[in-house]
Amino acid sequence: MMQEKEFSSKAYLDMELLRFTTAGSVDDGKSTLIGRLLYDSKSIFEDQLEAVKRASIKKGNATIDLSLLTDGLRAEREQGITIDVAYRYFATPKRKFIIADTPGHVQYTRNMVTGASTANAAIILIDARNGVTEQSHRHTFIASLLQIPHIVVCVNKMDLVDYKEEAYEEIKNHFIAFAAKLAVKDVRFVPISALKGDNVVEKSENMPWYQGGTLRYILENIHISSDHNHIDARFPVQYVVRPQRDEFHDFRGYAGRIAGGVFRVGERVKILPSGFTSTIKSIISHTRELKEAFPPMSVIITLEDDIDISRGDMIVKENNGPRVGQDIDIMMCWMSENPMMLNGKYAIKHTTTDARCLIKDVKYKVDVNTLKKVTDDKSIGLNEIARVSLRTTKPLFYDSYRQNRKTGAIILIDEATNTTVGAGMIV
Amino acid sequence: MEQIKKYNLNHLRELESESIYVLREVAAQFEKPALLFSGGKDSIILVHLSVKAFWPAKIPYPLVHIDTGHNFGETIIFRDKLCKEIDAQLIVGSVQETIDEGRAVEETGFNASRNLLQTTTLLDTIEKYKFDAAIGGGRRDEEKARAKERFFSHRDEFGQWDPKNQRPELWNIFNGKKNMGEHFRVFPISNWTEMDVWQYIYMENIDIPRLYYTHERDVFQRDGVWLADAPFMMKKPSEKVERLRVRCRTIGDISCTGLTISMADSLEDIIQEIAATRITERGGRADDMRSDAAMEDRKKEGYF
Repeated sequence: MMQEKEFSSKAYLDMELLRFTTAGSVDDGKSTLIGRLLYDSKSIFEDQLEAVKRASIKKGNATIDLSLLTDGLRAEREQGITIDVAYRYFATPKRKFIIADTPGHVQYTRNMVTGASTANAAIILIDARNGVTEQSHRHTFIASLLQIPHIVVCVNKMDLVDYKEEAYEEIKNHFIAFAAKLAVKDVRFVPISALKGDNVVEKSENMPWYQGGTLRYILENIHISSDHNHIDARFPVQYVVRPQRDEFHDFRGYAGRIAGGVFRVGERVKILPSGFTSTIKSIISHTRELKEAFPPMSVIITLEDDIDISRGDMIVKENNGPRVGQDIDIMMCWMSENPMMLNGKYAIKHTTTDARCLIKDVKYKVDVNTLKKVTDDKSIGLNEIARVSLRTTKPLFYDSYRQNRKTGAIILIDEATNTTVGAGMIV
Repeated sequence: MEQIKKYNLNHLRELESESIYVLREVAAQFEKPALLFSGGKDSIILVHLSVKAFWPAKIPYPLVHIDTGHNFGETIIFRDKLCKEIDAQLIVGSVQETIDEGRAVEETGFNASRNLLQTTTLLDTIEKYKFDAAIGGGRRDEEKARAKERFFSHRDEFGQWDPKNQRPELWNIFNGKKNMGEHFRVFPISNWTEMDVWQYIYMENIDIPRLYYTHERDVFQRDGVWLADAPFMMKKPSEKVERLRVRCRTIGDISCTGLTISMADSLEDIIQEIAATRITERGGRADDMRSDAAMEDRKKEGYF
């Protein structure tokens, strides 16, 4: 078999990684869209395609049902739904992609939040026949709540509205008016038909009025290097490295992942909570010594002075510290079947810190479909989102989630079951 | 002239950084972790990442090999050499011992494999050494049941996985809390693809067993898959042994490792071959072909 072009390792090594989430239900054509992206970028292997062909025939479909490519667990295949977040991978010559594929129904809000938590971009699917619905409101709200930096609105099923520009423009204007109320920075629109392939990977000949790029082009070209906070330096200490061997007898390194800003050798730093200051002696990545480190690098930092530092401490710049406190307001998504207990105690995890906390108050909860604030109902159940006040057993070193998605995020854990029950974004 | 500096990691460095973060979380959150080492490329990468994560200290956990007794000889030699090089402790759990103790029964017939029996040995080993976290090389792109796996995957006191009741995993906050007797499986390279693994081996110049490169071997074909001949491999009369140039795309137990006819003699060749190939790497794994949900079922019981 002849290959068009030899695969280039150099180009592969230079690629950036884009993580995006897709929210939507089977009816929106979400699985078909993902199947199309994978299929058209040749990320589907023959044996996978054969399995899908067999399953399509078994279901009585005349053509290959691309949505079957993303079916995961047996229960999901049996019920024809997605239950959980599934991660999928593909690469184009320009970028590597990780898709967090999440179900779109209201009872799966927690999965949408989970998928959104690590995403640089969100694809919001809108059925061209139905326009902007409650479900689109919900998806967009979650994308804004989780501060996904880029939103791509795909107006799907354009083939079913005769590829009419008016249908697309109306939805676009409707969406812009709605999104103005939310904190979304970068919104793009693309008219597609996932089923027929229009504007997904190949430019559509059916919509000459559309001047923009295809979905794949947009995903390949979104500018993501500024998505990290490069200003406020934050280094949560994850692990202390102390080699028990002679040649590194006095070595004491602080391992962690840069959560914000840029750290450079020779700079003055402050350690929280002790408040001691020192100078960065070296930044180490295995046997390499680096001059500087930035998010999301995992490195080891050593200091000029011998200071007692342990996991949960944070290294910051002398003149730019995080907020420090025990009374914290968060926007929380509740993730457990057991309702949240007001005045209840939970374990809390924040960066590399473990603590406990008390739920002091529910300020309001948000109706995820209408975005209205509800103040007279303090009961918070599965998939509900609320503004909540916490009191922690020890001070946390944090930023607002808006400022930093790493140092502004927490999870709550039920101490009886050890399960993760809440996801919080610090206000 | 110096360009405006872009604070940007390429995707492999970002994946590496994520995996190192996960490995350090394991060391910080668990009392007695272990790294499950199979001799395959994914577990070799785990060892490499572990060395990087803790250097200049040694890896703070032992390597555990579940030995089916049906391994390629090269795998064992490679394993012992690697452990010596990095001064790591090696613990071997033997499937043969599990069978001898009557805790598992050898499969019979032409497709007999010890692959499934490994689960018992693995769980016994975890229990014997009281490991509370077992680091594995599973990747989400390998198989559809794995697409929904967490980085920190909770196992109950019987070692079972409940796919419908997994903990939500948000940002890079990993919840390793558990009750006595329970343990975690941790998958630091969850987000890597097969191509990422090969590119990383290439970029970092990581030593891998010769089995991955082309070599001459006695092989026979069964259901379209090339298998290595070995004394314990039962062959049907129609299955003729031939001597061909082959290589492994994955390395497992001899009985279920499909071989690729290949002349690939270097990492560059392998990468070109992977780029051109149209079959998934587990397409040659007899263990996955048993049914549509074969991997899901094995994972629920406590498989890797």
